[in-house]
Amino acid sequence: MDIIAYLIPAALALGALGLVAFIWSVKAGQFDDPDGAAYRILLDNDEDWPLS
Amino acid sequence: MTNAVLGDTHIASHQRRTAEVLHHTNFDAFVREKNGVKKLDLSVRGAKCGGCISKIERAIRTQNGVTSARLNLSNGELNIIADDTFSANDVARVVTDLGYGVSAQSASKAAAHQKAEESHLLVAMGVAGFAAANIMLLSVSVWGGATEMGEQTRQVFHGISGLIAFPVIVFSGRHFFSSAWSALKHRNMNMDVPVSLAIWLAFGVSVWETISGGQHAYFDACVMLLFFLLIGRFLDARLRRRAFAAARELAALRNRTVSRITPRGIHTVQTDDIKPGERILVAPGEQTAIDIEVVAGGSEIDESLVTGESLPRFAGIGSTVYSGSVNIGAAIEGVAISAAADSLLADITNMLEAGEQRRSTYRKIADHAVSLYVPFVHTTALLAFAAWLIIGASIEDAVLVAASTLIITCPCALALAAPVAQMVAAGRLFKLGAFLKSGDALERLAAIDHIVFDKTGTLTLGMPKWIPTSKARDNLHDAAEMARASRHPLSRALAAAAGPGKTAKGVEEHAGKGLRTWTNTQEHRLGSADWVGAGEHLKQDGPVLWYRSGDAHPVAFEFEDAPQIGAEKAVKELSAMGFELEILSGDRSNAVEKMACLVGIPHWTSAASPQEKAGRLEHLAGKGKRVLMIGDGLNDAAALSLAHAALAPGGAVDISQASADVVFSGGLKTIPQILAVAQAAKQTMLQNFALAAAYNLVAVPIAVTGNVTPLIAAIAMSVSSLIVTLNAIRRR
Repeated sequence: MDIIAYLIPAALALGALGLVAFIWSVKAGQFDDPDGAAYRILLDNDEDWPLS
Repeated sequence: MTNAVLGDTHIASHQRRTAEVLHHTNFDAFVREKNGVKKLDLSVRGAKCGGCISKIERAIRTQNGVTSARLNLSNGELNIIADDTFSANDVARVVTDLGYGVSAQSASKAAAHQKAEESHLLVAMGVAGFAAANIMLLSVSVWGGATEMGEQTRQVFHGISGLIAFPVIVFSGRHFFSSAWSALKHRNMNMDVPVSLAIWLAFGVSVWETISGGQHAYFDACVMLLFFLLIGRFLDARLRRRAFAAARELAALRNRTVSRITPRGIHTVQTDDIKPGERILVAPGEQTAIDIEVVAGGSEIDESLVTGESLPRFAGIGSTVYSGSVNIGAAIEGVAISAAADSLLADITNMLEAGEQRRSTYRKIADHAVSLYVPFVHTTALLAFAAWLIIGASIEDAVLVAASTLIITCPCALALAAPVAQMVAAGRLFKLGAFLKSGDALERLAAIDHIVFDKTGTLTLGMPKWIPTSKARDNLHDAAEMARASRHPLSRALAAAAGPGKTAKGVEEHAGKGLRTWTNTQEHRLGSADWVGAGEHLKQDGPVLWYRSGDAHPVAFEFEDAPQIGAEKAVKELSAMGFELEILSGDRSNAVEKMACLVGIPHWTSAASPQEKAGRLEHLAGKGKRVLMIGDGLNDAAALSLAHAALAPGGAVDISQASADVVFSGGLKTIPQILAVAQAAKQTMLQNFALAAAYNLVAVPIAVTGNVTPLIAAIAMSVSSLIVTLNAIRRR
């Protein structure tokens, strides 16, 4: 059972990684325009990618 | 979202109006500059699909000085970053030329605040979700290994769960705790009081259990409860922000400028800077933003948005032009008789406030549910606590039962019941081209039994249309050549009827009378009966243009304000749905009567002033009717705010849109659909509350008899939330 001493922290660390990624994406404005994001992936003009 | 019903004439008329507004807005006044970098926020209307994004962004990037342009499709915000060489007016012109409505947005602190609140809720939700998943991981091991797991291992697992739960509860739950605290401070009760109590009680009990090596810890339940509640809060905040964005877009329409005449020349200034007595120039096509008295020039004034009168009126020196009227003739000069803050517009705004206040006293279904729920859970938990003490249980056991009662009767389902249903309905309305301004508007829309229509611009197009006659048809070509030189609505209608063609040369426009031109030595006139010399006895009843070529007999072109496409069908559908219908118009009685017959509405009132319209609404409300008012004019605004629920078309004046619950752009045919969506949403909400109540009927006996294990609590909470959500999504 000693193995859980490694597994639990590992599981928590992975979860925390996902959480950090989620918080970053919220702060970076990834959820600001859900409707537009669905279409932007279909626009094939790469030079039109926003500069900011 | 691509299926939004567009392409209706209403959109066209809306764009026509905004194009005219654009003409007189100086966008440079709204550019913010910092360290040589210019920023401009525009509000774009009509962008609905991916094609719009690339079309608009690409067109703007080719403009001088623009370094970045990004269109947010969800709220129509267009953020532009540029350097010094950039001209805001050119950029705005590019967007209108593509066929979209555009207006300037001034920076707003409230919008930023709401956005911050929404993303805070989203982060809180994510944190709670993370914790719920990880604690559940540990809890499942505890439940699954109940017979094999050693007591110490279990204690360690509980300990880790508690260590995860504590910071998460503090972080994600502070929204609820501060709300509960402020309610208690004011000696009130809200839903957050039992929620906070349940969370901290359950947490406290679990800590005790963990320390004493007990079997049951409720850390997972605490965090899961928070997670579900935050989903509901987030959806609610999102809906509110959308509604707020719609209101802000409307406010952006009002960001207009006025041409002030001073001895040093003409300056463009913001409307609020005008003081009474200052001279103002009203250019052709401009909508006045201030009440003025004409001091120089004279022109035809379209007051259809102010009074509902469909025919333009001639305003000469000394006459008053109210804000909201459109100058369709020559340029006029006027003296401001009031500042923007106390114009006719502002008077109507004051009348609106009375209505808004009444509406805010409306009690939502969710509030009813909460007021029944809160005392119920508190009494149940307290009684359970007391009963267990009386039959001889220890204090720890009694507290455990009370805590599990609070947790299992958790308001998850209750908190999700209304927001999920409203979110689904708002999404359906958006696809219909309608914008919901508040969540409780759906409940009010679902309750109406009587519908009052405005005529001009709502039932009708608000634009005259030529009625073809054989005699007039022979002269249509020649008359249209003259008509193309004028922007009078009848001239435009005539030119539209004739299609594209030549424009006559040397056309003189005599305001209030008509047009004149010469070919060879022959004089051609187009205008009023007096202007062409047609006899009084030939005068018609509706709008008429007379045309006379040389000494030939004058020919009359008659016009009518045509009904909206689909008006008749919409009216038929609405009466089939069981609503009583009536028309309440400020227009002449024969025009109203004709329209009432045409679309099939038996009751009508004509020549009603804004006060009379408001009075009629009061009267109907006094009779116990729940009235839906549909109107677009300035003269309807007060009536709209007094109605139980109100709809305004997308082409309506901003103040009417602001006092409506839903702004629709798909034409009259969407009204029955909007009402159906509202009724379905209300039904879903009631079903959801019934489901939540039914769930409690089962859960409470289990809880008070002390049979709730953490496993049962977890299952019960998720199942009830899931059922409520699925029931709402079923209507998508």
